[in-house]
Amino acid sequence: MTERRNYTAAEVLAVMSSRLLKDGQIVFAGVGLPLLAAILAQRTHAPTLTILFEGGTIGAFVEPGQLPPSTNEQRCCRRANMLLPSTDVLLLLQRGYVDIGFMGGAQIDKHGNLNSSFIGDAENPTARLPGTGGGNDIASLTNMIVAMKHEKRRFVEKVDFVTSPGFLDGGRSREKAGLDLGGLFRVVTDLAILGFDEKSRDMKVVALHPGVTAKEIQDNTGFELIIERNVETTPPPTEDELKVLRHLDPDRLYIA
Amino acid sequence: MTAYQELRKKTEARDHSLRERVMSLEEAAGLVKEGDLIGLGGSTMSRTPLAMIWALIRAGAKGHTIARGISCQEGDLTFASGLCNHVITSWMSHGLNWGVSKIMRNYTEQKRAVFEEWSHMAMGLRFRAGAMGLPFLPMRAMMGSDLMGRLPNVKTMECPFTGEKLVAVPALNPDIAFIHVQRCDAYGNAQMDGLPFLDADLAMAANRVVMTTERIISNDQIRRAPDHTRIPFFTVDAVVEVPFGCAPHECYGVYEPFFSHHDYYADLLKKDAEKGVAEYLQRFYYEPKDWNDYLGRLGMAELQDAARRGRSINND
Repeated sequence: MTERRNYTAAEVLAVMSSRLLKDGQIVFAGVGLPLLAAILAQRTHAPTLTILFEGGTIGAFVEPGQLPPSTNEQRCCRRANMLLPSTDVLLLLQRGYVDIGFMGGAQIDKHGNLNSSFIGDAENPTARLPGTGGGNDIASLTNMIVAMKHEKRRFVEKVDFVTSPGFLDGGRSREKAGLDLGGLFRVVTDLAILGFDEKSRDMKVVALHPGVTAKEIQDNTGFELIIERNVETTPPPTEDELKVLRHLDPDRLYIA
Repeated sequence: MTAYQELRKKTEARDHSLRERVMSLEEAAGLVKEGDLIGLGGSTMSRTPLAMIWALIRAGAKGHTIARGISCQEGDLTFASGLCNHVITSWMSHGLNWGVSKIMRNYTEQKRAVFEEWSHMAMGLRFRAGAMGLPFLPMRAMMGSDLMGRLPNVKTMECPFTGEKLVAVPALNPDIAFIHVQRCDAYGNAQMDGLPFLDADLAMAANRVVMTTERIISNDQIRRAPDHTRIPFFTVDAVVEVPFGCAPHECYGVYEPFFSHHDYYADLLKKDAEKGVAEYLQRFYYEPKDWNDYLGRLGMAELQDAARRGRSINND
């Protein structure tokens, strides 16, 4: 590859996920990279994007350099329209007011199920992870975008534990489990944008990021991806997007 | 007697009169009985009732079950001190900026403590059902996930009207709840700023409530702005004035998290988490002669910095 990149993998991840958010949408954002990408969208192509935080915030504008440590602190409340009890903001998902749920992921499988609870067997885990938070509620009740690093150990055939449901065993199994609506819409990684086959609900590549090959993405995935021959390539991050992003996270907490 | 009759009987037995309930942290810690299920207010690093946790750890309380919507660094301290060996929550770690808690991992992986994991909405609806005097509430999340299989007391049900599949989450009525607010009168009328989290439901659900507050205000001040009162006096059993009662966590509009103290804490636990947390408990929990001594050990510069940041919330 001869092209010189002036951005990090985490910056690609933030920019590419922010582009999936549309102006006017109501987005339920998790802390960390999803939060950063949502603010980036708000400050570039989606000025009327409404960001909801699990803590209970409706429509905050987080200040540059003042990124919150979770979605529950006062930094999440700047210039918000309303502060609700956490239960009631989560119930907005169930009522149907949220267009997109947007969160990070530790481990994902080919049907888009997410694990943030246990690595290994749940009874005797190799690692206990921090757990679902509102992740399960978001994944159960709305269309979701997940942003995560593309690594073989994170993209597995079957997750060790389904913390947040994607399409479960594929096909119509999600609906059969009682989850009539929602589901995983997109997975954004530092290598590609991925989606799911309408019928089998197997993960497929929607577009590769600049300079990424089909072989490279398959080599970094623990199961067989659906990759069409003439798969699209995403336009690289623009100077403007990178500038705004670096302004938002000057300490490079999430974009290093 | 049914569980509901028992709940009503406990409520009836409490003193609901408009009376002063002010006491010290130590006296309030004395309201906790052996085996009590304790509910904690606030969420993650915000309005954590740390002063009561501090007082209870110092009183040598052990083996409690603690329920909170989202847990944070206080979870390390409640595990390591032995105060808690069973947590009911949706998430537990130090906080995103400081990685996955080694103490949470050690205690749960080695089965020294139980981490009972519910979705955040399920936690909220469990407290709400408790607050409503109902045995359960239905919801549409958690279905199809592996969370369901690991929980001892969750069921799927059919809606009696539509036949839809729903999840029934059981009411959670803690024996005692600790809640910290910005201001409260001597009777227990509590007003809070910022995110209300699950606190009003928690207060209504619990069988006893200890309210710690940044400052005690007069009942006249409460009556001038009753629309700001979130928790009524008759649910409250003790009022304790504790300035910086969430330090080193946040109290909206008063102080932000003490970020450099959290860095210090994370560094202390980096090499040997168990040794580090023991050292931390010794220095900040067991040794201080009182709450002011504890705050002194956090440091005046840290206090000032956190307060400056906290108060600047509406500067624009």
